[in-house]
Formats: sequence, structure tokens, C-alpha cells
Amino acid sequence: MSWFHKLMPSRIRTEGGSKRTVPEGLWTKCKSCDAVLYRPELERNLLVCPKCSDHMPLTARRRLELLLDPGPKREIAAELEPEDPLRFKDVKRYRDRLAAAQKQTGENDALVAMVGGLKGQEVVCCAFEFGFLGGSMGSVVGEKFARAALESLRLRAPLISFAATGGARMQEGLLSLMQMAKTSAVLGRLAETGVPFISVLTHPTTGGVSASLGMLGDVNIAEPGALIGFAGPRVIEQTVREKLPEGFQRSEFLLQKGAIDMIVDRRNLRDEIATLLSLLTGGAQPKAVSGELVES
Amino acid sequence: MNPNYLDFEQPIAELQEKIDELRNVGSDNALNLEEEIQRLQTKMQQRIANIFSDLSPWQISQLSRHPLRPYTLDYVDLLFDEFHELHGDRSFADDHAIVGGLARFRERPVVVIGHQKGRDTKAKVFRNFGMPRPEGYRKALRLMHLAERFRLPVVTLIDTPGAYPGIGAEERGQSEAIARNLQAMSRLATPVICTIIGEGGSGGALAIGVGDCVNMLQYSTYSVISPEGCASILWKDAANAEEAASALGITSDRLLQLGLVDEVIPEPLGGAHKNPAEVAESIGECWQRQLEELDQMTTQQLLERRYRRLLSYGVYKGG
Repeated sequence: MSWFHKLMPSRIRTEGGSKRTVPEGLWTKCKSCDAVLYRPELERNLLVCPKCSDHMPLTARRRLELLLDPGPKREIAAELEPEDPLRFKDVKRYRDRLAAAQKQTGENDALVAMVGGLKGQEVVCCAFEFGFLGGSMGSVVGEKFARAALESLRLRAPLISFAATGGARMQEGLLSLMQMAKTSAVLGRLAETGVPFISVLTHPTTGGVSASLGMLGDVNIAEPGALIGFAGPRVIEQTVREKLPEGFQRSEFLLQKGAIDMIVDRRNLRDEIATLLSLLTGGAQPKAVSGELVES
Repeated sequence: MNPNYLDFEQPIAELQEKIDELRNVGSDNALNLEEEIQRLQTKMQQRIANIFSDLSPWQISQLSRHPLRPYTLDYVDLLFDEFHELHGDRSFADDHAIVGGLARFRERPVVVIGHQKGRDTKAKVFRNFGMPRPEGYRKALRLMHLAERFRLPVVTLIDTPGAYPGIGAEERGQSEAIARNLQAMSRLATPVICTIIGEGGSGGALAIGVGDCVNMLQYSTYSVISPEGCASILWKDAANAEEAASALGITSDRLLQLGLVDEVIPEPLGGAHKNPAEVAESIGECWQRQLEELDQMTTQQLLERRYRRLLSYGVYKGG
């Protein structure tokens, strides 16, 4: 406490200054442009900064809520919970990290999947929860994604995924790596069957998720300014020992290099995805799933 | 320190040096040193047996990157009667970190694809230390489709620290190249046998590692991230690589237990580099057996089995 504070009579002394008069969380500062934003207005703007259009992170459930119609929804494989097959321990135990992440996010693991309507069309949608161990993909994420895709096959309903992830989950070792093969394989079935898959890459999408389901969309969409890539920028910088170009691995860079189809502002995403799906599914009816095909 | 021996192999190196010295003396001296050499050789064998009876995951990880370890083209020489390398991805370049081509395995034509590392500095740079760029994966994919068209089995040899983390690699879509291979391999209508011969480094390994059978050499490793990488993220210090190697479960025996690997191919005492021909023979036997099994299936059965295997990967509670 400064000498000035000590001098002040206690009745005019306040803890934490004038902040106390403002209710908690009513104002948010934009990390990108430092603008002080009125929280309810920011929420109405889908957490996009009205001043600089920075796209702030959304929880998985909020994502689904924003995409899907307000009507009935059905969650897929909500009961799945992670295990600790390797009894992994670094400076913390994997079990403890899981428990903390579950408590903090209220989710069992880093993916939420639902069946719902998108402007009246039935769709299956899943979203990564970045707050859960960096949205990392382990066995539960892989299995949930696979079940969402299978549900999508069964219903002949388009699949939409929102990625926000650092990649494969180290604490489940090779099992996590195999989720890349698993999710890619099930998307192979979708592709064969002609059920559309829209992959939305949000900030950030890197590593094993980007190098599997993330880049396998019939249409790959990115939100503006998202970091998307295989290796993280720090690893690349250390490897090549040179400064990375401005905007490297951002959505705009990927669009220029031909890696994604389009960049869509979050506020237009719902409309854009609905339109794309109506175009993709407006042709001939999809074929039967290959499991039901007889070899001719 | 002998650079061709790892830290924990130094006691072996010392004995080998002594034996070599005695041999040199023996050749220009009338003294009969054979007995002493014999004694040292027995001692060396015991020491090797001792060291190799209880290797830690970290030691195995070092062995998998042993400077003398046989690389893909060494095995290609030993395993195939003919090998015709095919180059290029047809859109950008020929990546030297992945080699592939048409080969004859025990009279049977196959397509072989593998990561390639270099032995000396010049070759290491030429091979980019076995770290492929997107064009490498796209070349591999092109060769796999070639195999599919002509109904040839695909055999892959995996030995990479990982996909190359470089600016150009990212610009040309490293993620997409890997993802595309995973999806294509999961439904490639021809038998695919994958064998990890050294380092199975993450997505860069998996990108030619999806198939009907996955084999590992005894002292190879297969991991979601390198022990050093894992340590620097979770421990905030790469020096904890030894602990990370244990925690990650990257060794062949552990992965066999987890059901992620079908067969572990034994290596001679001291590692594959002690007798590459013997290891190649064991790989060949393993492939022969697996190809005969896969030959029994129709394409439909083969693809259905591969798909079910891929979907079964994972350990979780509930549902």
C-alpha cells in the first residue's frame, strides 16, 4: 500500500478503486483493438468486436446454439467420458487435468455434437470446446466425431464441424494420433455417399485436427483472422530460424494460398452454410451407403 | 566418444575398440592374441545382452534414431529383386524425404513407399532429415493410386521425425496433404501393409501409415509427438524428454498391448544395424504371411475390415 493510501481516512479508502461500482463482466476489453465494449451488445454481435471485427472465442455450446434453429435438438454421445489408458503424468496427472477441465467447462471432453435444424434442414453439427485442454483430440473427441458422422450418414443429413483446437491430445499418446485416421476414414464414407461435410476452421486450428478432419470438408470455411496450420508458428520459427512473414498461417493467407474455399464473417456464417448446403443437396438424391452396396 | 554409438552403448564401444586394437597388433606380430580376443568378444556379447535386457523407452527412442540404423533404401535393397524408383508429385516437385516405386517382392510386383533419411551430412540435407513436405505425401498418394489401378499391394516403410515444419510446407498445404492421405488410405482398394522401421513421428508417419496391417520393428517407436516436443510443452523443458518418452508409451511392446500394432518384428541383439539382412528376412516373412492372409479377402471385405479397425481405435468410458 502506498504512503498516500495509508494517509487516507478509512471511510474514503476503497479496495480496487472505482471498479467496484461496475457490475462484474458488464464491460469487456477487445484484446485486438483495446476498445472497451458493452458486454450485452458484444453478445448480440456474436462476440465479434464491433470496432475492429476481431472474432473472439466462443464455447462449443454457444457455437451450436448460434448455428442451429431454436427448435428441438438432440445431443449425440453426451455420455462418453475420457479415460487415462496410459496413466499419463507430466508435472500434473492427466486425470487431474481432465477433472479440472470438466469442472471449468462443464463438458465431459472437448467436442459437443448435436442433431438439429438449420433453417428447417436437418443437420448434424459438432463443435470443439477450446477451453477443454486446448480443444485437443483424444479418444472421446474422435469417437464423438465418428458417431456424429455416422448419424449424419444414417439420416443423410449434412455434417458441419467447427474446429478450435491445438491438435492431438498428447496425454493419450498414439491413441490420439489414431483419431486422425479414424475421423478421416469416417469422412471417407460420407464422401462416397454424397452427404456433404462443411468444415469451419476457427481460431486456432492446428496440428492433428487440421491435418485430418479440418481440411477434409467438401467446403472449407475459415473465420477471419484465424490461425490455421499444421505446425505451430513457434515450432516453424525455431526450425527455419527466420522471421515468419506477416499474416503467415492466418485465414487470409490460407485463402491466398488456395487451402480454403472462403472466409466468412461469423455474423454471416449461418446464412452462408445454409445456402451452401441447399446448393450441395439440391442435385440428385444421395446414393445408398457403401455398406449396403452389393459388389457388382 | 564414438559417434556411432549411443551414450548407453559406450561400454560396448570401448570393448569393440580394444578388440580392434588387438586385431591390429595381432596382424603384424607373431604373438597369438586369439584367445584374448575371444575372451573380450564373449565379454562384449554379455555386456550387450545385459544392456539390451532392460532398455528404457528413452533408450529405445535413441535406438530408433541410431546413426547406423538401416533406412528404407537399405531394406529395399535387401527385400526386393527389382526396384524402380518413381519420382514426383506431378504438380510441384520430387520430395527426397519420401521414396517410392515399383518393386518385386518374392516374385510379386508391389508398390513400395518409405521415408528416407540420409547417412552423411550431405545426404541428410538432401533427404531433409527424413521430414517430408506436402509434395512428398502427394507423391506417395499418387503411387498408392497407381497401385490401386493395377491391383498391386502397397508396402510402406515408416521412419521420420515428422512432417517438415517449414514456411513452404505450410504454404503448400501440409495439413491437407496429410489429411488427404489418411482418407485415401482408409479406402484404397488394394492391400496395404505398413511397417515402422525407425522413428514413427506423428502425423508425418501416419500419413503413409494407414493400412490393413501395422507392424513395428522391436526397437522402433511410434508416437503422437516426439519425447522432446512433449517435454517442452508439458514440462516446459525439453530436458525432460526421458520422462516424456516413458509417459507417452511409444515402444513396440506397449503399442502391441494397446492393440494399435499387429506385429512386432524382433531385432538382433544390439539392434537392427547389427544384422540388417536378418531383419530384412524377418520383415519379408512377416509381409509374406500377411499378404497371404489379405489375399483371401475380396476387396469389399478388405475395405470393410480396414474401416472397422480404424473406427475401433480409442479408449473411453460410457456408450
